[in-house]
Amino acid sequence: MSNLLKVENLSRSFGGIHANSDITFDVNEGEILGVIGPNGAGKSTLFDLITGFTKSDKGQVILRDKNITNIRPDLICRLGVGRTFQKLKPFADQTLLENVIVGALVKEKNLKVARDKALEIIDFVDLIEKRHHYAKELSTGQRKRLELARALATDPKLLLMDEVTGGVDQRTIPGLVELVLKLKKNGITVVTIEHNMKIIMDISDRILALNQGKRIAFDTPKNISQNTQVIDAYLGTVDAA
Amino acid sequence: MNLISKELLQAKNEPLNYFNKNSLIIIGIVVLGLFLYPFISPSKFALHLLMMIFMHAVMSQSWNVLAGFSGQISLGHAIFFGIGAYASGYFYTKFQITPWFGIIIGIAISAFIALLIGVPMLRLKGHYFAIATLLIGISFQVIFQRWPEVGASAGLYVPINRDSPWLSMQFHKNKVAYYYITLVFFIITFFLVWLLNRSKLGYRLKAIRDQSEAASSLGIHVSKYKVIAFIISAMIMAPMGSIYAQYVLIIDPNNTFSADISILVLLISVMGGVGNIWGPIIGSSILIPISEFSRIYFGGTGRSIDLIIYGILIILICIFRPSGIVSLIPRSFREREKVK
Repeated sequence: MSNLLKVENLSRSFGGIHANSDITFDVNEGEILGVIGPNGAGKSTLFDLITGFTKSDKGQVILRDKNITNIRPDLICRLGVGRTFQKLKPFADQTLLENVIVGALVKEKNLKVARDKALEIIDFVDLIEKRHHYAKELSTGQRKRLELARALATDPKLLLMDEVTGGVDQRTIPGLVELVLKLKKNGITVVTIEHNMKIIMDISDRILALNQGKRIAFDTPKNISQNTQVIDAYLGTVDAA
Repeated sequence: MNLISKELLQAKNEPLNYFNKNSLIIIGIVVLGLFLYPFISPSKFALHLLMMIFMHAVMSQSWNVLAGFSGQISLGHAIFFGIGAYASGYFYTKFQITPWFGIIIGIAISAFIALLIGVPMLRLKGHYFAIATLLIGISFQVIFQRWPEVGASAGLYVPINRDSPWLSMQFHKNKVAYYYITLVFFIITFFLVWLLNRSKLGYRLKAIRDQSEAASSLGIHVSKYKVIAFIISAMIMAPMGSIYAQYVLIIDPNNTFSADISILVLLISVMGGVGNIWGPIIGSSILIPISEFSRIYFGGTGRSIDLIIYGILIILICIFRPSGIVSLIPRSFREREKVK
């Protein structure tokens, strides 16, 4: 499998806080890469750096063979990187369909074609019956699907998903997980931040573990689950003394 | 994504834009009534009042395109009203260029000024942008107050022409022609904004308004589209300044670049409903008569009674109807609603 994304020594500090320090990893085409780490590990900052929302201090991001480090978010989207946000950002006063049409307009010139494409994607995320509902009227789980649909409408090669199951009730989670797996089946490469360890272990091909802005492991789920640094980061180190 | 559900098929067969039949009939009747109105010999004041409503609705719609569609609050929109007034007035006074062409010059200059100040300023967000527009608006007023070529503080007196009313856009016998000119601008503006609302540009602007970061993640160059909205907004505002100049025939910086104009167009939109194309019409239909009647009953500037009433109404709107009076209209009549 070839690399779709390569991240090399990516670093970013905010004042004295090193949000990301020399993060290096790659993403293969068609895989699901999980990103884990305790709160404040730098996961969302990493997404912001890759998608151009935050400028990096050092390092580079290579999409296929193109250096996309520190270029504008809208250009990165047009190059094929879609994303969702940890804190949901729907266009609240617009309908679900209108939200997704905005995404479809990245590639489609004709509004009717964009509308039809948006409808297909809304159907794909199982919200077709809600297409005329305003985004503010949807539940959290439905808004997660909305964001996913909106990002998918841009025809991404790589999709970055920030906590897709975060903040939704237990009954909604299996549907969302199934949706992520459906993306993989459709050939979309996914990088997903996730706190639910069972889910991330089940769906990921590889996992990148961060702690305090540093990469502490980058391996298969099986190896990650046995990695002492990862276990320490999540559970803390037992002081023998 | 290969299996097409029945619901999806049905959704694809739905029209792209919904037209509410009842709304269309009501709009048609109102427009026809407005065109026929001068034939029932209305008073000069009635025509003047309607003209002012049309003009302020267009000016407020201009503000609404920027604030309601792209989410930027401008407190200096009088700039473009003033530029429009001075463009037609100056070129007519100095070079006898017909104000009709002056309107086009005003639109072009306003678009250029919007581009010039929009590029650096629209990188600012929220309150910072609002404050910057307020200060730029005041700066324009000060510049024109001290610019001898355009009459400085005294302003320009547009020469009276009784020979060719249509060419000079001066109608001294009655207000009917002015009424029709403002009505036509009013209808054209609202139709264009209605189209804008449903265009690709409209989708992008509303995305920026609601969530600029999300819009950016969907391939929208936020700064560029904000500047485009600012330019469109300026181009809508300028002709009203030109028409006003030919109506009152006196242009001075205190009247045309006044912050009062900037605040008034904002109040009209807020009262009617920001981000809704009907908001400016509703707001203008309520606030302008209050202003005109207070002038009649309290004299001169109305002893600012109109401003007190505005204030009370705006407070009530903000408390009870933050989405504006338009939100009182049943959803089924509003433009964005789907007819099932």
